[in-house]
Amino acid sequence: MSNLQSWINKNTYHHSEFWDLMKLVEAKKKKNLTISLCLPTLNEEKTIGKEIIIFRSELMERYPLIDEIAVIDSGSEDNTLEVAKNYGADTYLASDILPNLEPKRGKGENLWKAIYQLKGDIIVYVDADISNIHPRFVYGLVAPLIHREEVKYVKAFYDRPLAFSGNVRASGGGRVTEILVRPLFSLFFPDLTAMIQPLSGEYAVRREVLEQIAFPIGYGVETSHLIDVYHKYGLEAFAQTDLDKRVHENKPTQALGKMAFGILQTFIKRARALGVIEKAEHETILRQFQARQDQYEQNLIEIVEEERPPMIEIEEYRKKFKK
Amino acid sequence: MKDITSLEKKLSGLEEQLKKYREVLLANLVMIGEIPAPTSDENRRVKFILNRFDEAGLTDSSIDGSGNGIGVLSGKDNSEAILINAHADTIFSAKIDHTMQVSSNSITGPGVADNSLGLAALVTLPYILEDMEVELNRDLVLLAGVKSLGRGNLEGIHFFLDNNPFTIKGAICIEGMQLGRLSYSSIGMLRGEITCRVPESYDWSRFGDASAILTLNEVINKINDIHLPKRPRTSIVMGSIVGGTSFNTIARDATLGFEVRSESQEVVERAGETINDIVLEVSSKTGDQVELDIFAKRTPGGIPYSHPLTKCARSVMETLDIEPRLAPSTSELSALIDKNIPALTLGLTMGERTSKTNETIQIEPIYKGLAQLIGTILAVDGGYCE
Repeated sequence: MSNLQSWINKNTYHHSEFWDLMKLVEAKKKKNLTISLCLPTLNEEKTIGKEIIIFRSELMERYPLIDEIAVIDSGSEDNTLEVAKNYGADTYLASDILPNLEPKRGKGENLWKAIYQLKGDIIVYVDADISNIHPRFVYGLVAPLIHREEVKYVKAFYDRPLAFSGNVRASGGGRVTEILVRPLFSLFFPDLTAMIQPLSGEYAVRREVLEQIAFPIGYGVETSHLIDVYHKYGLEAFAQTDLDKRVHENKPTQALGKMAFGILQTFIKRARALGVIEKAEHETILRQFQARQDQYEQNLIEIVEEERPPMIEIEEYRKKFKK
Repeated sequence: MKDITSLEKKLSGLEEQLKKYREVLLANLVMIGEIPAPTSDENRRVKFILNRFDEAGLTDSSIDGSGNGIGVLSGKDNSEAILINAHADTIFSAKIDHTMQVSSNSITGPGVADNSLGLAALVTLPYILEDMEVELNRDLVLLAGVKSLGRGNLEGIHFFLDNNPFTIKGAICIEGMQLGRLSYSSIGMLRGEITCRVPESYDWSRFGDASAILTLNEVINKINDIHLPKRPRTSIVMGSIVGGTSFNTIARDATLGFEVRSESQEVVERAGETINDIVLEVSSKTGDQVELDIFAKRTPGGIPYSHPLTKCARSVMETLDIEPRLAPSTSELSALIDKNIPALTLGLTMGERTSKTNETIQIEPIYKGLAQLIGTILAVDGGYCE
């Protein structure tokens, strides 16, 4: 078994492994940890109320797993903040946090400012646009951090085949992941291809890590986190949890193009700084994912882009056309 | 009947106290409401409810032979029990989007009032009573009944009532809305469908003069002509119609869903016979197949207005400033009446657009509705209603 496969087997969880919240709360207490939940928002009045109600009821009142719920908003024009406040979340405008710094607008800005504003030893970030919200979106991510000290960064993935015939099925991420990020990682950071959905917006991270890494304020924040945490702490710092299905609005291709462009900028900046650009010449294996029942495995595809020279360099051609 | 004044004193301030359970109640409401539960397919929803009963430490919770979810909060003296019932099924198919939307003062989604809120109250009740350190004398049996609506015809609660081991002294059915509803009697009812079909062997060259919809229209006109008495009060509700496939094809079939309701069993039966005659007549005249399927019946009954249970509920409502709206019911209440169990149906909040996918309930009145429910339970438990 390759190292990467054994990493996948050891560090890939399913949220159902952590259903016993009482046990999780006890373990958290024993380790004397505090956990903050950050919901970055921009015009999310339709879904934010439900998220807060469910997290407060299930993970604060019934099982005291999280210590604070904070909404950090980029300047919503709808009732997002009013609804959030009504259901008892702490609400902040990103621009009011660290007001002496020049304000920037983007999700990454909110995530970054949460490190300053929130108190927890662990911060768990959950997008506010999830319509099938469930407590697993939080406990599934913080549990590996509570149970295993060496784990520093836990990322969500969503994989729930409803009906599938046959033994092996394709798995992995969305369009931008499979078309852009996975090929890039396969070329430059093959270890990071072990993350099934590198762009998922839900993750839980230890403060000691968050305070050490830079935050692109736009689309590149997830990609840069993976590269920076990997560079500083190695692959062993990561874990990933399957949170089943996530229901949200699908983005049109044009919006994905914008996202891909932002990610590419962040990626190139890091690849250059780390001096890995030359690596691309030696890597010829694309690493995709497949699942065999509940086991995830990498599917390695050798793609060698061979080339033919200009036809004019071929003698037979020159003879035939008298060139 | 015991003097209820001492209980009324206890109720003051209860509404305010219940506000602290907002998140727990609403989270239960959202999670229950987002699990589809069309009649006869309530399994997933009932499992969730059972899970909540287990988490609340109700050791005797179980799913019975019919699929009902049952939780038991033991009382000090468990020789007698109070039944709280909320039906678990909805009229909505599993295919429609069951997402609940929460705003500052309301919640919207299919079945949110009928009956996700009733179920949420049912599963939150043990949590609230424990937290408020209320210990009951009698067992509190919490029933999430399946196969209640439409063709389900109260199958779940009938099964429970026929097979349960408890001595039930009183029962309260809870429905999401409207707050103030007080049902203590059942009216006579007969529910069915009339289906018209153009026979397969129909001569299609007879252009344009055959249609199951036209035949059904004939049936509808005749039902509309049935003479109904003003007293006892009687009505025929023609509630739904389905038929045909497109603009330009002759409709091969058409179905009418209807309900006859009356204070008198005799009138219900007579109307049923008349409808049967209409069906036979139209069928023989047109040559189309016309079939009548009656799948649910209720007989009138219930406790009187002056029954101590009704009196208790009214004084609890008055103490909480709720104006009682008396209305007969054809739902689970009638199954309880059939078994001679004194029973009531109460509503928990105000809402609108009932039976639509954007059914909406108001959050603020829920505390009053819950206070009313707990007050009535305490009244029954304290022996004020006997």
